[in-house]
Amino acid sequence: MLSEQEQREIKAEFAHYPQKRAACIEALKVVQKHRGWVSDDGIKAIADFLDMSPEEVDNVATFYNLVFRKPVGRHVILICDSISCWVTGYEQIKEHLFERLGIALGETTKDNRFTLLPMACLGACDHAPVIMIDDDLYHDLTPEKIDQILENYE
Amino acid sequence: MVTIHIDGTSYQVDEQQNLLEAILSLGLDLPYFCWHPAMGSVGACRQCAIKIYKDENDTQGKITMACMEPAKEGTYLSLNDAEAKEMRSHVIQWLMTNHPHDCPICDEGGECHLQDMTVMAGHAYRRHRYNKRTYRNQYLGPFINHEMNRCIQCYRCVRYYRDYAGGDDLDAFAAHNHVYFGRHEDGVLQNEFSGNLVEVCPTGVFTDKTLKSHYTRKWDLTTAPSICHHCSMGCNIIAGERYGSLRRIYARYNGKVNGYFICDRGRFGYEFVNSDKRIQQPMLRKERNADPEPTDKQTILRHIAERIQNNDRVIGIGSPIASLESNFALQQLVGENRFYGGISNSEDRLVKTVINILRQGPARTPSLKEIENADAILVLGEDLTNTAPMMALSLRQAVRNIQKKIAQKLNIPYWQDAAVREAAQEEYSPCYIATPAGTKLDEVARKSMRLAPVDIARLGFAVAHRISNDAPGVDNLSKELASLAAEIGESLKGAEHPLIVTGTSCRNENLLHASANIAAALKNAGAQPSISFTMHDANSMGLAMMNAGTLAQAKHEVQEGNADTVIILENDLYKRIDEDAATEFLDQCQHLIVLDYLHNKTTSKAEAVLPVSAFSETFGTLVNQEGRAQRFFEVHIPAEPVQAGWQWLKDLSTAAGKNAMSDWQNFHDFTRHLSNAMPQFKDIEAISPPPGYRVADQRIPRQSHRYSGRTAMHAHHNVHEKKTPQDKDSAFAFSMEGYRGQPPPSMIPLFWSPGWNSAQSINKYQIEVGGGLHGGDPGKRLIEPQEKADSPYFKNIPEPFEPGENRWLTLPGYHIFGSESLSMHTPGVAERAPGPYLSINDHDAAQLNIKDGADATYVVADRPYTLAVKINASLPRGVVELPAGLPGLPTAILPAWGKFSEASE
Repeated sequence: MLSEQEQREIKAEFAHYPQKRAACIEALKVVQKHRGWVSDDGIKAIADFLDMSPEEVDNVATFYNLVFRKPVGRHVILICDSISCWVTGYEQIKEHLFERLGIALGETTKDNRFTLLPMACLGACDHAPVIMIDDDLYHDLTPEKIDQILENYE
Repeated sequence: MVTIHIDGTSYQVDEQQNLLEAILSLGLDLPYFCWHPAMGSVGACRQCAIKIYKDENDTQGKITMACMEPAKEGTYLSLNDAEAKEMRSHVIQWLMTNHPHDCPICDEGGECHLQDMTVMAGHAYRRHRYNKRTYRNQYLGPFINHEMNRCIQCYRCVRYYRDYAGGDDLDAFAAHNHVYFGRHEDGVLQNEFSGNLVEVCPTGVFTDKTLKSHYTRKWDLTTAPSICHHCSMGCNIIAGERYGSLRRIYARYNGKVNGYFICDRGRFGYEFVNSDKRIQQPMLRKERNADPEPTDKQTILRHIAERIQNNDRVIGIGSPIASLESNFALQQLVGENRFYGGISNSEDRLVKTVINILRQGPARTPSLKEIENADAILVLGEDLTNTAPMMALSLRQAVRNIQKKIAQKLNIPYWQDAAVREAAQEEYSPCYIATPAGTKLDEVARKSMRLAPVDIARLGFAVAHRISNDAPGVDNLSKELASLAAEIGESLKGAEHPLIVTGTSCRNENLLHASANIAAALKNAGAQPSISFTMHDANSMGLAMMNAGTLAQAKHEVQEGNADTVIILENDLYKRIDEDAATEFLDQCQHLIVLDYLHNKTTSKAEAVLPVSAFSETFGTLVNQEGRAQRFFEVHIPAEPVQAGWQWLKDLSTAAGKNAMSDWQNFHDFTRHLSNAMPQFKDIEAISPPPGYRVADQRIPRQSHRYSGRTAMHAHHNVHEKKTPQDKDSAFAFSMEGYRGQPPPSMIPLFWSPGWNSAQSINKYQIEVGGGLHGGDPGKRLIEPQEKADSPYFKNIPEPFEPGENRWLTLPGYHIFGSESLSMHTPGVAERAPGPYLSINDHDAAQLNIKDGADATYVVADRPYTLAVKINASLPRGVVELPAGLPGLPTAILPAWGKFSEASE
């Protein structure tokens, strides 16, 4: 079931579209914002709320790789592996994160603090290499800077 | 028509087509996946690449997808261009990188579009050495098997299931090279047309689970053209047999009837043929209260001959699921005036009313294909998805007619499927549905109304009056219904192809009258209406056209002592009339002789039971609800002494020393004599060629040229192979030998063409892809309206429905799985059928203090039934529904008034 808060936020989106179902992506974002990820039950709840079938909602949800259909850690680190970051030290950053967190790409730390995911571009090539943690972008990275940054996320 | 130039040759093609359609219609080969003639183009698979040139001097050209390019005057293109060929070969190579190449263990193998296209595109060697992506498969219910690893991501399944058939529980998930087609979780596919996925999927992702349980390759099936017996629509099917058991049903393309598709009841309901309830031997009861004992053919014939010889007190009761020929043979045996129809009086009256309306005109009954052209539709009383499933599918296409106009305005060709759907969104042509309970089609209807049958009829009468003042008006109509009638009237009047659909499922004659009035009013207003009636059984129409007496008259004859011997043909009377009445009647028959293929309550009452062939084991002609007579052919010979109803009846007649049928040599003679004896059936002889028909001196083989003829299957009886049975009844052969070219359209045992092993080979049998079959679509329409119809309006307008104090109008509620008894012998169909229930309006339930799911005792026709209550808020107050056709429920006597007994209040 969707919380009252979630329902309110999704309803606010209805105004932007001629049809309720058009708010599907926003609804997924709302649920993910509140719960960290979108479970099967979350899919069904959204489907009910938007008069869609669960298949239709999941079709949208699974298309977007930033809609998480499996649980993630409290913080999600997106590491850019695209060309600019790759030539400016992505490998080093990646290895450092692996070592610090004890996980590989697509994994979550045992304490559920971080999930590490690869990302094709974060739109900050002029300051490569970059990573993004939750909604925060970090650029011109070095392994040392990373240690400091991680401290900010409990 | 426009001229296009393909590899230096000029052709005339239809400018409405895209280049792929034009190329295929010319009989040329070009591989494709995502395009389907019933679904148009989306350009997703990139397989139909061709080279297209600016003009005749352009030598460079550019690669383009044939399915996305309109056939324009002066188009220069090449199929054989080296680059185009290389592109096609690469596309398939790349589609195949993740395909498991498991053809030997895949049910699709041998009729796989992917196999055919791979060979056609020339990608003959496998070079991919790496791991393939794998998926977890889902449980999709008793009918469909899921094997996602084989998927090549053409998207046809979701386009068919969602866009064409209106399902919402199958979809595409994820992206990139790991797209998944399935449900959001394991579970039964809910759409009533899911079985067509088996044919729509170009490879083995969706396959027939019932076939899997007794698997046979397409080339090892003995097949013949047949007609579905599970409702009145008369869908064309291909039935396939191996080793004496029926293995599967496939859709048989008929451009005028069912097109490419059939419903799940038609596809999967066939297993009654293999049921252990089949009657294998003649059964004889030596004394009235003795147990029936199996006996042989001669004994039973002698026994019955004694009963009917020199006896003028023999009557026959026919059946709306038996063929015209079997019914006719019974009529010949007992005499014209001693043959009765075998359906309840009320149904008899309804069907005869329909025939009168259709014969009288002015409206014509449309074929299923013509229904797809309707641009304003009114459905009165029918839950089509459950009473005439394929008509529901046709209506789903019809409501998109407005989208053609939208597309035209935007200059989008209609075959541009994704673009048209995007432009039109959920814009549908007007469709109004008035039924007692909610229906699945409501989702595409402009308005749907929930009314008791008499009120639906009143609405219909009001619509007619609104269209033409000559039609009688309705007094005391509520404001709401009056304005609705006005809206519907305007909508029908303004349409190019207005269509009225009704039928016999509500068992209300007023509905038929109201529909006829609307059609007549539309005609008077200058419109071109068509009117379609659904019926209960596969040959309801044909039986009624024989003008037989009614069951009540038959009962009367027995009661009066005018009949002591009753012969019942393929008809369980317990499903036709009230149970007690049936028992009373059958007990009164001194000598009861029953011909049937399944043991049932009527056969259990019989003195003599004759084992009859099921539909796949014999020949016959059925008349569907359109009035189209269609022939089904014997696929396999049943084990002796089982034989066709008409054959038993002829044998009985001969044994009793009668000459009526003694010189009728084969099935065709029955058809010929019937068409001579009854002018209404004069055209049926010509539905298919006679048994003497040959092409190049050869018969049409029932088996493919790859049939594995020699097996050790019967070696434990005899190492010598059995002689191939001879077919004296038709021009088919029970063999792989015979004419390999295209047979006449009524005699296509399977679709196959060199290089085209899948159902897509249908392309080669059509005048143009998606169009009629070469030689004309089979079947003969027997009823056309009079040229100058001057039909008077029906004037008997019923009083409005009045719910009473503890008095409930009990109606039958129909279920695609459950309401038809033959298909219930397929375990999967039985699994999908509902349990017994009673559905009731929510306010009524609250008033009675009944909760959803609780048991209630409900009394109808003085008999109490304890039923689980289903609250159905869509039902009008004062109306309850019981599931039709389920054993133990009183379907035959509905509609009837009932009440809740004290216990449940």
